[in-house]
Amino acid sequence: MTTHDSYASATDTTEGRVYSVTGGDWDSLVTEIGQTKEERVVVNMGPQHPSTHGVLRLVLELEGETITEARAGIGYLHTGIEKNTEYRTWTQGVTFVTRMDYLAPIFNETAYCLGVEKLLGITGDIPERASEIRVLMMELNRISSHMVALGTGALELGALSPMIFAFREREKVLDVFEMISGLRMNMAYVRPGGVAQDLPKGAITKIRETVKELRHNFKDNEKLLVGNTIWMMRTQGIGYLDLAGCITLGITGPVLRSTGMPWDLRKTDPYCGYENYEFDVVTTDTCDVYGRFLIRMQELEQSLRIIEQACDKLEKSEGQPVMVADKKIAWPSQLSVGSDGIGNSLDHIREIMGTSMESLIHHFKLVTEGFRVPAGQVYAAVESPRGETGVHLVSDGGTRPYRVHFREPSFNNLQATSAMAEGGMIADVIGAVASIDPVMGGVDR
Amino acid sequence: MSETIGMFGTSGSGDTSGFGGLVPSAASVGSSERPYGSYFDEVTDELERAYPEFSDAIEKVIVDRGELTLHVKREKLFDTAMKLRDTQSLRFEICLGVNGVHYPEDKSRELHAVYPLLSMTHNRRIRLEVSVPDADPHLPSLVEVWAGNNWHERETWDMFGIIFDGHPGLTRILMPDDWPGHPQRKDYPLGGIPIEYKGATFPAPSERRSYQ
Repeated sequence: MTTHDSYASATDTTEGRVYSVTGGDWDSLVTEIGQTKEERVVVNMGPQHPSTHGVLRLVLELEGETITEARAGIGYLHTGIEKNTEYRTWTQGVTFVTRMDYLAPIFNETAYCLGVEKLLGITGDIPERASEIRVLMMELNRISSHMVALGTGALELGALSPMIFAFREREKVLDVFEMISGLRMNMAYVRPGGVAQDLPKGAITKIRETVKELRHNFKDNEKLLVGNTIWMMRTQGIGYLDLAGCITLGITGPVLRSTGMPWDLRKTDPYCGYENYEFDVVTTDTCDVYGRFLIRMQELEQSLRIIEQACDKLEKSEGQPVMVADKKIAWPSQLSVGSDGIGNSLDHIREIMGTSMESLIHHFKLVTEGFRVPAGQVYAAVESPRGETGVHLVSDGGTRPYRVHFREPSFNNLQATSAMAEGGMIADVIGAVASIDPVMGGVDR
Repeated sequence: MSETIGMFGTSGSGDTSGFGGLVPSAASVGSSERPYGSYFDEVTDELERAYPEFSDAIEKVIVDRGELTLHVKREKLFDTAMKLRDTQSLRFEICLGVNGVHYPEDKSRELHAVYPLLSMTHNRRIRLEVSVPDADPHLPSLVEVWAGNNWHERETWDMFGIIFDGHPGLTRILMPDDWPGHPQRKDYPLGGIPIEYKGATFPAPSERRSYQ
């Protein structure tokens, strides 16, 4: 159908026409460059490159080592999750959206569930214990996500040791996730109406121990990087983006807070009861990579504070429900984590298979058919480690979403690459991209 | 929204539930009446004051589930956006992107574009909604108003085929450049899996029997 495409040249083979997508524009680029007398070099960085934070393609136009134009090419990890959810029930949607930004699964799930609950009009009916567990899980997730941001960010700039420490701490958080939900990533733990299951015995004790360990171990990375001359030379004044730039580009999260703007949805538009927790919004006013790095370091401590408060609340609310009372919406079975993984609790199986035919019918209808959601549209947002994760949900009154759209902070913030990198050195584009902390699963969805 | 008959959306065969004659009523949301509640009255009043063509530009004001949606005519979208951004008492300085929704049953208004706006100054959120006919899917680009809409508009073009006039470089962003069609549209053909078992084939997800 296309006659000429500079990004995908076509060749006819015996098997039919074959398109080679990547690098197909190279010939035309070289001819174009040959015609001008300037000494321009176009470097194609990625999509398979150890320093581009995933399958991100950067097309850099250079004069010497100075970047005159930077363009980001994305789409290499597009999986069509939004389209897929249109053919699943509202509850099944959780298992899909958790895989978007795979470093912040709990945030995707919570944003999605808050949206579904808003559509159902049951936001006020969510049990407090469910919200407390959501807060606990989100803050644990913020730590594990920031650990990857710090670890890989340092690694990409050539500092290897911080990565080892960061992943060591991240493993501890993932162990807690595994204990609570049965899975280390992509948990599908937050469900419309509450959470999939209550905390297991001994979870609070384990979390308190982990918090103590983390607080102690975070110092390792602090000692390595904060105030380190080499690290500061690589990051200070790099990837500069001021408040006006952030606002016009719609940037949120640590990048916005590095301009001194204390914008955090947990404070400005609280959800899940965040107004009942004491914590500070961390800001710096340097607008650079170092500032964003400091923010992430200090947000770890704030997350630990919230986790401790959540643990206190959870000890008090022991035994209370974790799923909305409305049986037309609440998932009928409680899950349990067995030695062979996650599954339906044995008590529930005994009830539906052995004692109550009505329970079996109810279970079957709700699991296969799902619940109906009144027609309309909503927007719900949470403060993810990367900024505002917003979800726009449209329902036509059926058992499946009519449209699910995620406003991913990674997708939006990655637009700032050009503004941060142009005019700088080629080595600094790595630091700039790392400080945005894009997760390509979220960018491409 | 589409009108379906029965519980499964199929007719003629397959429905053994006995509810085959049911016609679920399609809910249509009309314009809301004043007072809108919350800060919504203030926002609409301020916009009306700042923008003399308000009554001409805004087709509908809908308040639903604690959210305000302004349905804007596409000719007036750019001006409305400028007023919403620049008026001191409104100051919607952040646009959280644009999202398309395809309603094939909504004749000559098939494609909708939805803009969630955020005012950090006043800590308020509203939503703009514009509809365009499938036959003429043109919208003014808002990249000049909010530069961050650049990629979002490219995504909406890629997924829905809405053309944003005045966009600095409207190319596909998630799908490969030579991709035919716009995948998020409801009429986009889904592949399905060509599995044959005793002469039966496995239909595409959009053609399978399912609860509506």
